[in-house]
Amino acid sequence: MSAAKNHVLIKGNKDGLVFLLDDQCEYADLVRDLRHKLENTHHNLLRGPIVHVVVKLGKRSVTEEQSEELLSIIRSCGNLIVQKVESEAPDDGNKPVRGALHVEKGIVRSGQTLYVDGDLLLVGDVNPGGTVEATGNIYILGALKGMAHAGIGGDEQAVIAASHLRPTQLRIAGVISRPPDEWELQGDMLMEFAYLQDGQMSIDKLIHLHRIRPGAAKFIQGE
Amino acid sequence: MGEAIVITSGKGGVGKTTTSANIGTALALLGKKVCLVDTDIGLRNLDVVMGLENRIIYDLVDAVEGRCKLQQALIKDKRFEELYLLPAAQTKDKHAVEPEQMRNLINELKNDFDYVVIDCPAGIEQGFKNAVAGADKAIVVTTPENAAVRDADRIIGLLEKERIESPKLIINRIRPHLVKKGDMLDVDDVCQVLAIDLLGLVPDDEHVIKAANSGEPTVMNPDSKASIAYRNIARRILGDAVPLMRFDSKPGMMAKVRKFFRLG
Repeated sequence: MSAAKNHVLIKGNKDGLVFLLDDQCEYADLVRDLRHKLENTHHNLLRGPIVHVVVKLGKRSVTEEQSEELLSIIRSCGNLIVQKVESEAPDDGNKPVRGALHVEKGIVRSGQTLYVDGDLLLVGDVNPGGTVEATGNIYILGALKGMAHAGIGGDEQAVIAASHLRPTQLRIAGVISRPPDEWELQGDMLMEFAYLQDGQMSIDKLIHLHRIRPGAAKFIQGE
Repeated sequence: MGEAIVITSGKGGVGKTTTSANIGTALALLGKKVCLVDTDIGLRNLDVVMGLENRIIYDLVDAVEGRCKLQQALIKDKRFEELYLLPAAQTKDKHAVEPEQMRNLINELKNDFDYVVIDCPAGIEQGFKNAVAGADKAIVVTTPENAAVRDADRIIGLLEKERIESPKLIINRIRPHLVKKGDMLDVDDVCQVLAIDLLGLVPDDEHVIKAANSGEPTVMNPDSKASIAYRNIARRILGDAVPLMRFDSKPGMMAKVRKFFRLG
């Protein structure tokens, strides 16, 4: 058997068996190898009295269904009892996925703060004295006349876009800028966005956003 | 069951008390039974503007703390049969009353009156919380200045949190010639920022100052422009569709003739 295919290592210790599952390969390969070992190559070795098993997932993060699938494969042997599943995967169960988009509607008035973890799409205005904050990007369908802080966690790739960009102050990651002093506001009514270029606040037309911050846009291509 | 309307602004000096006095009087003029409530405990003014200062025996805090019956604290206006004032205490401060007590008091008044007009103190602290506690509706007064608009915006946000149904806006002290020159905020600029329904526009009028000092609300004088504006506002509160006052009024025929001769 080639080493590349060997995704499951089975070791014995005084308490029973330890299943070391590779945390780098594809999940499907892992399942295939696990089945293969239990049903074919190691079939005879694993037959016999009841054995306690510890499953080590390494740094792989698995969903509940995947975890259940792996366990049921092991259990199908009959004499193997899974005692526990160990995982070193970073615990991000409750954290929203980076880049999750939050859509909010309404006016952020003076003295109010709107904070989201992820990207923000606000349908409405931010009035002078109002604040919008996001760990990701900020997009405003309306007038930004207050303060906006994108990339609060330090994400310098974050941008701030608005239909009407007239902020009292802009912040991206750790950079603070006051509009008229540092960059010219354009007179035309085209939508604009702010981004960091070499640590400096810059403004460009919104239609250039994809050039400056290329996204993972997946367009369906015509044949 | 009547309706309680709080008149608020956030910023001081934009004309809350004048607006309360005039709207209250205008509603009484239209035949409604009205009670004005001054919630600016410690800095009462409404009684002075209404010219009722010397009739105060009991006040709001006395009524809340049970030193008198609510009816005893009410002062009947000298001009109208069905206009009353509940004055604020001058010797206490805003913390003398709790929002819950205020709510009960206003509810009691609503049983007897068509309209309860609550004059709110400046600021967003206890006094504001007391004033809005019992209100069903709110009128936000602002002037066409950035600072006043900023504070009005803050107040609207706070009113939304207090679950008071969509507040209405009055823009006070408009000076048409300054607006025309671009030195004063435009009505449209203000409305665009605040994004709430406009209830009325009141022009800056010297008569208002004179009236406030003599304890006679401006509305009583039918010649003043501000008076007409307040009467229109009162009619809009009653549900009439009164068009907004226009300030860019073209000079009338006589003015044109006069101007022609002066030039000639």
